[in-house]
Amino acid sequence: MKLLVCISKAPDTTSKIAFANGNTSFDEAGVTFIVNPYDEWYALVRALELKEAQGGSVTVISVGGSDYEQIIRKALAIGADDAVRIDAPETDALSVAKHIADYAKEQGFDLILTGKETINYNGSIVPGMLAELLSFPYVTLASKLHVNGNVATCEREIAGGVEVLEVTLPAVISAAKGMAEQRIPNMKGIMSARTKPLQVITPVAFAANTSVQNFEMPPAKSACKFIAPEQAADLIQLLHTEAKVI
Amino acid sequence: MNILVFAENQNGKFPKSALEAVSFAAAWAKSVGGSCTAITHGQIDASVLGNYGCNRVLHLASLAAADGEQITALVIAAAEKSAANTIVLSHDTTGKSAAPRIAVRWNAGIVSGATAIPHGTTVKKNVFSGKAIAHVNITSEKQVVTVLPNAYGVHATGAPCAVEAFEVSVPAARVVVKEVKLESAEGIPLPEADKVVSAGRGMKGPENWGIIEELAKELGAATACSRPVSDIGWRPHHEHVGQTGIAIRPNLYIAVGISGAIQHLAGVNGSQVIVVINKDPEAPFFKAADYGIVGDAFEVVPQLIAAAKAFNATK
Ligand SMILES: Cc1cc2nc3c(=O)[nH]c(=O)nc-3n(C[C@H](O)[C@H](O)[C@H](O)COP(=O)(O)OP(=O)(O)OC[C@H]3O[C@@H](n4cnc5c(N)ncnc54)[C@H](O)[C@@H]3O)c2cc1C
Ligand SMILES: Nc1ncnc2c1ncn2[C@@H]1O[C@H](COP(=O)(O)O)[C@@H](O)[C@H]1O
Repeated sequence: MKLLVCISKAPDTTSKIAFANGNTSFDEAGVTFIVNPYDEWYALVRALELKEAQGGSVTVISVGGSDYEQIIRKALAIGADDAVRIDAPETDALSVAKHIADYAKEQGFDLILTGKETINYNGSIVPGMLAELLSFPYVTLASKLHVNGNVATCEREIAGGVEVLEVTLPAVISAAKGMAEQRIPNMKGIMSARTKPLQVITPVAFAANTSVQNFEMPPAKSACKFIAPEQAADLIQLLHTEAKVI
Repeated sequence: MNILVFAENQNGKFPKSALEAVSFAAAWAKSVGGSCTAITHGQIDASVLGNYGCNRVLHLASLAAADGEQITALVIAAAEKSAANTIVLSHDTTGKSAAPRIAVRWNAGIVSGATAIPHGTTVKKNVFSGKAIAHVNITSEKQVVTVLPNAYGVHATGAPCAVEAFEVSVPAARVVVKEVKLESAEGIPLPEADKVVSAGRGMKGPENWGIIEELAKELGAATACSRPVSDIGWRPHHEHVGQTGIAIRPNLYIAVGISGAIQHLAGVNGSQVIVVINKDPEAPFFKAADYGIVGDAFEVVPQLIAAAKAFNATK
């Protein structure tokens, strides 16, 4: 099975979020970047498990500048066979999806896995666009994935339970929590990642349809009102009369 | 500016997220002097959508459950029929599977997870998992906007309106639902809940969840949990909230025995009122709380249950 995993770069989940250039860009000073958790923990690891069980190859792809190479090496250290970096700015979801689709359309991938969303932009848009551009079916937010021949069976969490979905490959599937367990790269993986192929493609630019005008921080919370534990019952009245939520 | 909004039919019911999308689209259309048409499908009384402010409802009754590609075809046909240049959907699972396709097919700019009615072509959305807000410009002529569940709310400002039968042929579904496994048919689905009682590792073990469930029941709340709790199997996975679980924005979030790690907060910090019960006064969650009780959950929660019972009796 020929698998492609789309990985994006995200600030470490404990990063302090601040903005620069008159609040028009994310302030990267002192921030450590990681592979977007959904892409790494779930999509990439599940792709590796499928390859280990059924044979084939796992390619990772990113759209971004040379600062992406550190997270690409991490994905190679975890076990991907090779990597592609499309050397273009991540202008918006459409341009990212078009770059990936342009590369993927010639390659005959059976399955394209992505994360359910990036933890910085929270779009949940790129995989659906990719599916549309490639005319593939798309399973959103799969928490389990099994492949049998050319049929993928997925589970998706719904209110109060799960639904089981079936789709014929090739397909795009976005990964949510549950699809796999995080893997920590070992020394051998880290060493071999240095020599695995990383192809850099310089693409033609695509026009974007959206652009971030500015960022702002959410309004600060007012201080917490403490209630003594022996007066806990008062809370219910406060929620009714003061907070007006019950 | 004319808006077309998609209202999902979930087993013969409009979920809260669909009614929020219609409320949002109708208010947006009104703010710019445009019209708002809703499209829905399947066996359902579609006229109720008028209650949420749309001027017109299109209804394809013959299409039951639909996959993202079918909804894409349906929505684009309805947008063309109603001469809309803007399409609104909910940022729920169905919206996530259809909206990106619609944007590509329509060559429209898309902003997902809007939290407020846009000003001009600028749409407000949460980024960095709720730790910041972005104002995003759509530069294309056509636009697609998805609405973050539990952010804008349901606003019943209209009256039932006429429903027009709508016919369009949609392709066969390629994503086929084989089975639905419900763990609990009762209880309030977490993503839709107005109130949530959530608990973490401080509860010590799954056998102690009785008081959490009882408090939730008295308050009419759904239950949730922190990630380690679902990882070790104390609670079902669909209850896990946070950065890697689901993000919720209830009016009331009560956190019991949860430390308040940044990844947990990312999924709940959109809640209107946060109550934290923790025996450690230094627990980081208190910084994000509106009300706090420093105490032992096993003593505090039973008092809350008793007080909630007394409160319910006076209602
Ligand atoms: C990339 C990444 C993503 C993550 N995503 C998520 C996520 O989506 N959601 C999530 O929840 N976590 C997530 N985590 C984990 C997160 O960092 C925390 O480890 C987790 O939230 C802690 O869970 P907890 O508060 O239940 O447990 P603990 O941190 O162990 O806290 C237990 C709390 O209970 C209190 N307590 C103990 N006994 C009592 C008592 N008798 N009465 C009252 N209070 C008591 C303690 O004082 C303590 O504050 C993620 C971590 C990483 C690295
Ligand atoms: N620049 C990128 N390069 C490669 N994949 C990406 C990129 N941006 C997003 N993706 C993929 O698309 C998914 C959803 O991203 P988004 O639509 O931005 O939330 C991510 O989890 C990644 O798998």
